[in-house]
Amino acid sequence: MKLLEARDIVKQFSNHLALNKVNLAVNEGSIYGLLGPNGAGKTTLIRIINQITAPDNGEIFFNNHKLKANDVFDIGYLPEERGLYRKMKVGEQAIYFAQLKGLSRSDAISRLKDWFEKFEIQAWWDKKVEELSKGMQQKVQFITTVIHEPKLLIFDEPFSGFDPINANIIKQEILKLKKKGATIIFSTHNMESVEELCTHITLINESVSLLEGPMDTIRKNYSLDEYEIGFRGDVNLLKATLTTQYKIIENEQRNGDNFVRVRILNDISTNHLLNTMLSSGNIISFREIIPSMNDIFIKVVEEASKKSKEHSFTN
Amino acid sequence: MSKISIIIQREYLTRVKKKSFIIMTLLAPVFMAAMFIVPVWIMTRDDAEEKVIAVVEDETNMFKDVISNTKYLKFEYLEDATLDDLKTNFSDKGYYAVLYISPKVAYIPNAVQLISHKQPPLDLTIYIANALEKEIEQKKLETYDIKDLDKILKAVSTNIHVQTIKISDDGTEKETSTGLSMGIAYIGGLLIYILTFIFGAQVMRGVIEEKTSRVVEVIISSVRPFQLMMGKILGIGLVGLTQFVLWIIITAIIITSAQSLLLPDDVGQTSQAITENIMSAAPVEQIQVPVTQTQDFNEIQQVFNSLHSINWGLILGSFLFYFLGGYFLYASLFAAVGSAVDNETDTQQFMVPITIPLILGLFVAMGAFQNPESSVAFWCSFIPLTSPIVMMARLPFGVPYWELILSMTILVLTFLCTTWLAAKIYRTGILMYGKKTTYKELWKWLRYKN
Repeated sequence: MKLLEARDIVKQFSNHLALNKVNLAVNEGSIYGLLGPNGAGKTTLIRIINQITAPDNGEIFFNNHKLKANDVFDIGYLPEERGLYRKMKVGEQAIYFAQLKGLSRSDAISRLKDWFEKFEIQAWWDKKVEELSKGMQQKVQFITTVIHEPKLLIFDEPFSGFDPINANIIKQEILKLKKKGATIIFSTHNMESVEELCTHITLINESVSLLEGPMDTIRKNYSLDEYEIGFRGDVNLLKATLTTQYKIIENEQRNGDNFVRVRILNDISTNHLLNTMLSSGNIISFREIIPSMNDIFIKVVEEASKKSKEHSFTN
Repeated sequence: MSKISIIIQREYLTRVKKKSFIIMTLLAPVFMAAMFIVPVWIMTRDDAEEKVIAVVEDETNMFKDVISNTKYLKFEYLEDATLDDLKTNFSDKGYYAVLYISPKVAYIPNAVQLISHKQPPLDLTIYIANALEKEIEQKKLETYDIKDLDKILKAVSTNIHVQTIKISDDGTEKETSTGLSMGIAYIGGLLIYILTFIFGAQVMRGVIEEKTSRVVEVIISSVRPFQLMMGKILGIGLVGLTQFVLWIIITAIIITSAQSLLLPDDVGQTSQAITENIMSAAPVEQIQVPVTQTQDFNEIQQVFNSLHSINWGLILGSFLFYFLGGYFLYASLFAAVGSAVDNETDTQQFMVPITIPLILGLFVAMGAFQNPESSVAFWCSFIPLTSPIVMMARLPFGVPYWELILSMTILVLTFLCTTWLAAKIYRTGILMYGKKTTYKELWKWLRYKN
């Protein structure tokens, strides 16, 4: 079931087109990655979902109805440009944000106490925000984002500003929220930080959606059919055996063992490759080279820009 | 609770709890009260010390016992002493000063000298001069040998006070006091100017704070930008009202308690009038008239009559209306400016068109104290950017109801309009970072839809 659907979203700013007919379909309970370089239009799309700005064209559906004002209570948003009132006390401030998200004061306090206990930060309650470090502020900010237990959580560059330990704590909390039924959208240009979490992605570049779908399918589609084999034996002998149907991309020596990267050119099974190699040495490891989202991303963007260039040539 | 009331609550509470607010709220009335109390206190304190003044003359005894003693001033006429003797040792003998009157006094005004170690107070010299003038005039008149001079003088002595009475269209007469009206006009206009400026600027600073701390995007994912802006404007407006009311209450308390400590009983009555006047925001000059004690009781009565002639309900109601109207108008403009810049130093280019009409309004209001019916004052009391200040300055002198209602209507319509425009600039501006905003840019923002 789709929790969020964006159809043909167009947003024009005075001097550039921020979004050009972008579609988005986020399944309930999924972790969705909205990927793309800086300035691609991710933040604009998210602002439209949060009803901060309105699209020039296109529609957003949330929970099977057209997005309406009250839906902000079901959405939690951690913007990239985030901050807290520096002179306000942490507890007071967290209550304020929770109230703006529709919680009653007493509800807000009891939930906040739980979260503060969980993060072991009860001592901060009466401190002013400016007395906290950047990382501490981020934790408070995270709590204020999720406090109303929304159906949809949107994190724009969630891990920037966190040290690895705290980033991990936050990651675990996000996964817990997902288990409880929340749907999560990550928006980032830093693919590595989210690729292990996302089940679906959309790739936006220069205001157009380039690629969209489940992570596994995309990975498979962009699979290179490359494998890394570690073995003990003679490299030259191996090279001689792997001829027409294979291509050796590179080989290197680590601790006296050889590691060879091989691409299968035809539709041949990996077992065949192994069989061929058995004679040339002692195989110690075998693994498929899975393209990182980063690689796929760069490849797709390059292809797209090539296409648009050709397009402009033919015109 | 609606979102806008949550925002109002935060804006209000965070400001009211601030140390600077509490200090300002307490200190300002102390200064204000000091302005009223110190002159009275100085006057009473000086009088409390008894001064004995030696009076010497050369040769003649023309002025013996001419200068009568008062409660705090004693004049001792020394027939045998000479000025030169006394000059050296008058303070040893217990005299505050030596008054020397030369026989030429009837022809040379400078022939009277008061010699003392300290600078004598002004009212002492005036008192002496008056007494001597009267005596010399009397003596000069006597030389004409007019029969029954005393009676004639008594008969011709007159005392004039111009009573101003205004007749309204329906024929009812009211005793007025120009001084009182001027005072009320002055205070009303100035207060609106100051309050609008202080709290309008606070709105701007609040918007900039939210923008620079990047908290704004978090908030507007929960509330409409318009709600955030209005919540801020209303919240700070309430802070302004609170502070204003507290100022009046605290000032009144300080003055009432100071009066019982400082003032002797016979001044109590007049100081009572002072506090009453301050409570009703009446002018200073007016009150000091009765304090000088020598004045007729009639005059105190007159001030009270004028006080009653002022339509306090109308003045206070209009003050509240124009304060809120003017504040809303300017606060929305200040909010728009705050949203367009990244920090306070960038505000200057946008501040100029806002501050100029405010300052202009104050200048026109100053003119209106002198001539409330001048055409500049008349028109400026309708132009909404100046009307709150100028109309408050005209109001105590009497303004036809149609003018008041028209001016108020224009003000309301304008602030609805500016709030709408400011909201358009605001919701685009708060999400713009790092770019230096120009007027051209603002114009573009105004035309964005949604």
